[in-house]
Amino acid sequence: MKVLKITIWAVLALLVGIQFIRPTGNHSDLVPKTDFMKVNEVPQNVKGILKTSCYDCHSNNTEYPWYNSIQPMAWILENHIEDGKEELNFNQWGEYSSRRKNSKLKSIINQVEDDAMPLSSYTLIHRDAKLSEAEKKTLLDWVSKLKDGL
Amino acid sequence: MKKVRATTGILAIAMITFTATSCKDNKKEHDNTDGHHSQQMEESGHMEGENEGHSGMDHGDMDSMDKEKAMVSSPIIGHYIKLKNALVADSKEGAAEEGENLLSALNDFDQGKFTGEQQKELRDIIEDASEHAEHIAKSPLGHQREHFDVLSKDVIDLIAITGTDKTLYQDFCPMYNNNKGAQWLSENKEIKNPYYGSKMLSCGSLEKQIN
Repeated sequence: MKVLKITIWAVLALLVGIQFIRPTGNHSDLVPKTDFMKVNEVPQNVKGILKTSCYDCHSNNTEYPWYNSIQPMAWILENHIEDGKEELNFNQWGEYSSRRKNSKLKSIINQVEDDAMPLSSYTLIHRDAKLSEAEKKTLLDWVSKLKDGL
Repeated sequence: MKKVRATTGILAIAMITFTATSCKDNKKEHDNTDGHHSQQMEESGHMEGENEGHSGMDHGDMDSMDKEKAMVSSPIIGHYIKLKNALVADSKEGAAEEGENLLSALNDFDQGKFTGEQQKELRDIIEDASEHAEHIAKSPLGHQREHFDVLSKDVIDLIAITGTDKTLYQDFCPMYNNNKGAQWLSENKEIKNPYYGSKMLSCGSLEKQIN
């Protein structure tokens, strides 16, 4: 019994303790010249889809959800964002070689077609980030056109 | 009993916190098993610029400089072919393993023997191909094939620059990619389709023979 009590207190202390350790967060007020939307002429509706459903993890600026204030959620989010940006960072689009752009566009198409992106763990809370069939079509048609013109 | 449960509890919490925090530094150290390709034949007297516009692929007898260049891409082509064969055999594990091997071969690629313009192109190819190899190493079969499609294009372009001492067959599958089609390279003349594997093994056609 005593051990159990100690454990509970230890866990509580740990949980409280980690609340004071915070990742710095993914924030940038500056949208660089290399940004996807500056390099390409993106129609308004596609811009909206990208901003809402992709940019949180695939750019240098995240609009954080409320649960980012609770640890260890902030760490988990930070990892996701780090991975996301490594795969594809829309802010750095202009720096990619055309070969790489072509690869990325193809991956975007495949991921969205297969409903692999946006991640279901993300859309679970960000309901507005979930793509409707119509949004999917709008996005895919436009990205395919961009890819063919590359 | 309670003690055990308590300990497991603490361990579980510790594990969760750790998995959440540990960064993704899973880049493996590549032990370089087939990396001794570049130092050979260093004594060849040719200068860099001499061979420009000279692919060395269209005629049988390559001079020694061309051979040297072709050697540099050998390990990449070798692992690419093994990867292709794993996909033909519908083997996700085999493909993943070769994806890993191909990644280290790409990392070891030495562009020293090429002109500045070629080096730039090669850098782009290697960068792109590495990403595909990385994904092939950790994805399900369908996904591996999607990456193999673009990877094949990279390897074809790579060989156009480096040349090769092997005889290869460039094949085409018209159905893959929503009927847009996809290419691949094979060491055998017989068609064995890596995009559909056992489902449509003999589907595809020969586009051209290299060497």
